[in-house]
Amino acid sequence: MSSLTADRRQSADAVFTDVRSARATRQASWILRHPFILLSALLLLVLLLSLFVGRFPQPYWMSPMLLQENELARQLVFNLRLPRILTAVLLSMALAGAGAVMQMIFRNPLVEPGFLGVSQGAGFGAALAIIKISNAPLVVETSAAMFAFLGLAMSYFLARRLRYGGWVLRLVLAGIAVSALFSSGVGLLKYVADPLKQLPEITFWLLGGLWSVTWTELLYILPIVIPALVVVWLMRWRLNLLSLSDETAFSLGVSVGRERALLLGVSVAATAAVVAIAGIVGWVGLIVPHIARRVMGTDAQHSLPASMLIGGIFALLCDDIGRTLYVGEIPLGILTSLIGAVLFAVMMMSSSQRFRR
Amino acid sequence: MNAPNILSLSDLRFGYDRKLPTVLQGLALDIPPGTITAILGPNGAGKTTLLHIILGLLAPQAGKILIDGKPHTSYSRRQMSRLIGLVPQSEYIPFEFSVLEFVLLGRAPYLGPLEMPSEGDRQVALEALRSIGLEHLWDRPTPSLSGGERQLAMVARALAQKTRLLLLDEPTSHLDLGNRDRTLNVLRALARDGMTIIFTTHDPNLATTADYVVLLRRGAILAAGAMATTLTTENLSATYGIPVQVIRWDGRVFVVSEHGNVTTGVG
Repeated sequence: MSSLTADRRQSADAVFTDVRSARATRQASWILRHPFILLSALLLLVLLLSLFVGRFPQPYWMSPMLLQENELARQLVFNLRLPRILTAVLLSMALAGAGAVMQMIFRNPLVEPGFLGVSQGAGFGAALAIIKISNAPLVVETSAAMFAFLGLAMSYFLARRLRYGGWVLRLVLAGIAVSALFSSGVGLLKYVADPLKQLPEITFWLLGGLWSVTWTELLYILPIVIPALVVVWLMRWRLNLLSLSDETAFSLGVSVGRERALLLGVSVAATAAVVAIAGIVGWVGLIVPHIARRVMGTDAQHSLPASMLIGGIFALLCDDIGRTLYVGEIPLGILTSLIGAVLFAVMMMSSSQRFRR
Repeated sequence: MNAPNILSLSDLRFGYDRKLPTVLQGLALDIPPGTITAILGPNGAGKTTLLHIILGLLAPQAGKILIDGKPHTSYSRRQMSRLIGLVPQSEYIPFEFSVLEFVLLGRAPYLGPLEMPSEGDRQVALEALRSIGLEHLWDRPTPSLSGGERQLAMVARALAQKTRLLLLDEPTSHLDLGNRDRTLNVLRALARDGMTIIFTTHDPNLATTADYVVLLRRGAILAAGAMATTLTTENLSATYGIPVQVIRWDGRVFVVSEHGNVTTGVG
């Protein structure tokens, strides 16, 4: 027994040397010690550079000096590129943040933020507006937002009525059913749409993109997305608790139902808002939280903010590529899916390799 | 016992649904502090249900629950989580928390909804890991732990919670002999330091390690009391519905079924 205690004391000492040496290696690199400063700086840098990337006056790059000389350049940068860039950042912060929240709340790393009927609902709303009302951006966006929330509400009430499985499973099942319902609705609308005028509009919208974004759209989503991101960010450590089983979370004093509902509500609201103006931008909400966890460790205290920052950088780069590479732009959703899926496959293949703080 | 009972149940009744038969009926139990109590019974006897009722997760249809002399409804959720900790039977953790991050979650009862764990909380978590001899694994991802280590990590999380009562649901059902011993040693050391421990088990030989034993069958207590007087051939045969023999040898208690199947007695 006494040798056992001695053993323990020895290994306790070993832990403290471990901690000390870990600290020493961390001090060795300032950047590694402050990953958030690094990520924020990277995001700001990409944001600034994005202002001068595009197809005016010539493909790929515009000299910042042009801003002083050319009124058109000023107009372009401040009224088209800036709101679009800020929206791209906000969009992807919302999607990646909501993705991280939902993966933890649903205890499932394969959940993405639009799955509770939000993405397909928005798609249906947009298609309906294009066919029945008009293809003016604001009309389409309003209709998309309304149906995004309708999809969510339907998932929620369906889940409440289901008589099968736990709450999490019921929400997932309801989300699948509602999404399928709306996607078949989208199929029907595409079938009856005018193939020359309306069908291309619908198809483009469903691919996801930011070409129609102006300051107006940005101002519409700000009051939803910013408070949602702040709430999620403030409660980020609690997310860890919500990823435990119900009984464990309960024993730790968590009001599981209430806290899940709050975080889920704000995440879905933010998702619905950005999906309404940008269409279905896939994979950001799925892949970015994985990258963040890989880089920062699982603890949401670090991985959630990292998710938002990495998401911002990821989608901004994708959007830059999308609007620069060709004369007609590549929809954002295509690029995020393409790059996201490749990243995902690469990550899965190298899953033994781990970076830990 | 002079000290007031840390936990006292009287006339407890519970059923999952009005249409279904009751799971627990007229159950009464007093547990003095600093003791180890085993709730023993066959599968489906209502052991986990009883544990969840003590925890407050399930509300009894009738009956009184006193914790430290006061009705359990007089405590807030947060106060309860500082009094009672839970080590679930098996916990699926879908994400790769490090062991320290995992144990730190036990500090939740002491943190506000927007608070992050402080350096002090880290120290408490490390201390909890040290007390069960797991501190060298603090940086390991939880999925890479062995079954025994994972069980101990869950105990450490409950210890970081600094509660007075610790509930364990089938704490050793997935463990091999060595890890089982290790877990039991940890529990005994905790009880010596004043922690009250209640665990459920379907294995009579595990119950021989407790101070008190509660025999549960179909939601009713068949017998309860000190281990030595309660674990008898008659009581156990009635609990399991098969002839069971209790053998005392060299100060230890062994439980053997009719066919002579014995699992190792620890005692």
